[in-house]
Amino acid sequence: MQPFDPSRTWDVLVLGGGNAALCAAITARAAGASVLLVESAPIAFRGGNSRHTRNMRTMHDAPLGPLTDAYPEEEYWQDLVKVTGGLTDERLARMAIRETERHVPWMIAHGVRFQAPLGGTLHLARTNAFFLGGGKALVNAYYAAAQALGVAVSYETEVVDIALDDGRFASATVARAGERHAIRAKAAVVAAGGFESNLAWLREAWGPPADNFIVRGTPYNMGVVLKLLLAKGARAVSDPTQGHCVAIDARSPRYDGGIVTRVDAVSLGIVVNREARRFYDEGEDFWPKRYAIWGRLVAAQPEQIGYSIIDAKSMGRFMPPVFPPVKAASIHELADALGLDAEALERTIAGFNAAVRPGTFDHTKLDDCRTEGLSPPKTHWARRIDTPPYYAYPLRPGITFTYLGVAIDERSRMLMQEGSPAANVYAAGEIMAGNILGKGYLAGIGMAIGTTFGRIAGAEAARHALA
Amino acid sequence: MRSPEAPSLEGLVAEAQRVLAICNACRYCEGYCAVFPALERRLSFSEGDIHYLASLCHNCGSCLYACQYAPPHEFRLDFPRVMAEVRGATYRKYTWPGAFSGLFGRNGLAVGLAIIAALVLAFAFIAAYAGPERFVSAWSDAQGSFHALLPHDVMTGIFGIVFVAAVALLGVGFARFWRDMGEKGGELAAASAAEAAHDAFTLKYLDGGGIGCTYPDARPSYARRRFHHLTFYGFLLCFAATCVATIYYYGFGWKAPYPYLSLPVILGTLGGIGLLIGPPGLLWLKARRDPELADPRQGGMDVAFLVLLFLTGVTGLGLLAWRETAAMGTLLAIHLAMVLALFATMPYGKFVHAVYRFAALARFHLERRRPLDHTAE
Repeated sequence: MQPFDPSRTWDVLVLGGGNAALCAAITARAAGASVLLVESAPIAFRGGNSRHTRNMRTMHDAPLGPLTDAYPEEEYWQDLVKVTGGLTDERLARMAIRETERHVPWMIAHGVRFQAPLGGTLHLARTNAFFLGGGKALVNAYYAAAQALGVAVSYETEVVDIALDDGRFASATVARAGERHAIRAKAAVVAAGGFESNLAWLREAWGPPADNFIVRGTPYNMGVVLKLLLAKGARAVSDPTQGHCVAIDARSPRYDGGIVTRVDAVSLGIVVNREARRFYDEGEDFWPKRYAIWGRLVAAQPEQIGYSIIDAKSMGRFMPPVFPPVKAASIHELADALGLDAEALERTIAGFNAAVRPGTFDHTKLDDCRTEGLSPPKTHWARRIDTPPYYAYPLRPGITFTYLGVAIDERSRMLMQEGSPAANVYAAGEIMAGNILGKGYLAGIGMAIGTTFGRIAGAEAARHALA
Repeated sequence: MRSPEAPSLEGLVAEAQRVLAICNACRYCEGYCAVFPALERRLSFSEGDIHYLASLCHNCGSCLYACQYAPPHEFRLDFPRVMAEVRGATYRKYTWPGAFSGLFGRNGLAVGLAIIAALVLAFAFIAAYAGPERFVSAWSDAQGSFHALLPHDVMTGIFGIVFVAAVALLGVGFARFWRDMGEKGGELAAASAAEAAHDAFTLKYLDGGGIGCTYPDARPSYARRRFHHLTFYGFLLCFAATCVATIYYYGFGWKAPYPYLSLPVILGTLGGIGLLIGPPGLLWLKARRDPELADPRQGGMDVAFLVLLFLTGVTGLGLLAWRETAAMGTLLAIHLAMVLALFATMPYGKFVHAVYRFAALARFHLERRRPLDHTAE
């Protein structure tokens, strides 16, 4: 199939190559539409951030596949309200939640396989359905399914312009191997992700602190399609400083470090900043419920760096990080190794140790080990840091994806600034996740949003094109 | 052609430790096989752990295609290849006597010389004992015609010695490997051994977590498992045929060749058919496999073993087909030479993978019952 035949008009053009784009392409093609999918990444890095995912948060009223017990819509919704502080669109959010249950058989029919929760993730056994082999295996299965159905795929193809007048899409101009091509289509699905890989744009939004951010996700989400759509009158949602941002190991690669860069030691010890001071309650809640706020917390510290410090008692009690800890026989030596003021760190730890009340340590529940008279307090799992050797992991903010996006309606139609839907443009995935995620993050909801609105966008785009 | 030098064991261990630390922090591949649950029990990896995990790996390839860190990612994580390279080092390290470990690196040559030596021996013996004209003269199918060329006691003596020596040498490798995994001698509990045997006989882990393994390319398939079954069960059936024939001879005084519908011939025929299809199938897949999955230094060893198995099967079936013709003497000499070469090279070729894999599987089942001394939560 000639993707760039100038005489051709496709029924549906899908911009992007991750989970949402693939769900849209498969759905549109299965409905009978001719579909071209353009992916900016080379084949080895196809799939955007879906390549780094591992599960989908899935509603269910009874045990479903690998999912135990029940996770009803209302509980899912309340979990979302908690992390977003209510910054969400309830109608769209409930759509995404309700559809997840129906996704599981559809995903299996398209080659995705599920498995029991991974070691160290038992707390997600009830809520999150894990993909066998993780997100890249899912992406591989979807590309195979799409191509078997007859979806045309063009890799290393960058969108450079979109012809969008009065909310009506006519064509997209793409660049491949140094040549430009105009691709006409009756409908477009935009599923090209956020702008997290675009360091200049991050700096514009965050100022100089952005220079210390690490992009945990794909290097290919430059926000080109998002920027074009906003410039051509699409209505924006969320703001450019919002995103899924976690604290990750400061030694991670600039891009694409993915899951292994996480540091799960935080709730077991203390976290100090450049000045060797604590700045937040490390024991506020279970780490999986708090990991998503620590990126922003570290981003707010001087030079955007923090240090998670534990002692020998805690070693081996958390998922092993990929980088070895900085290790020292005394707090003084640890401070020297980290380049911190040794006396300041000794003071902080002495103060912390003095404030720890006796309790029964139990990392599997919100235990009664806490500090008293300390600011900020540590409300659970507070144990004295007194048993050498001492260990530290340096932390930086790690951006997974950004929430600034385009507004949509319940048919996944992209909304224009005045509020009316675009005639033939449908949005899915990260590029519209900000409709549901105003802030914060709930593990596995990105795949729920992408799959729901990917499938809706594909169906709606095909219906429009074939009408 | 001489294979390129194997990498140093120290370098391999360091690279495996790097890779295993990434895998232990990721864990996405946990559902594919036993290797990942086994590595997750550990926070660090000794050399013994690395030999263990490498032999637990069946090189199915599923984890490579699912890996977000696979090349060209800057982590350059190629788990199946690293494990394949370690297995090469495992074979060299645990083989006994150690002076023979070089045979793994020049295995095609070693197997080729063994075949030639066995052929020379077989033809020379038969020529001396029965006369060279027997290679071109017709033989009736009367009981005992084979042994008019080669006395049964001589045959049993030679093959018995080679077989017992091969089993003993493989046993030494097993014991050394078992000890280095940190297991005590008596701990190969019956239940673990039975579970390991189940996994080995079903090739449980050549299934990519339930969809077929990504071998020879990214599309999941059961082709490798099926060809391996044909090869393995073909070999076992042929071995069983030989055992039954030995019992017939010494137990009942019945002499080969046996009728077409006798147990040894039926077993041998079925086994021969397995060896006729299985090894070429595996070679065909191997020729098509993704080079990322392979350790190119072991290509010669893999091919030599499969070719020898195929030749054993083909010559056995050929002997069966033409045993009542003038070619019988020649065919018998060739077939016996192939079997002799197969057993003589067994402790120093690809066959050893079965020994270490069984040990690793048994260890896996032993270990998974033990409580963890740390929580990885």
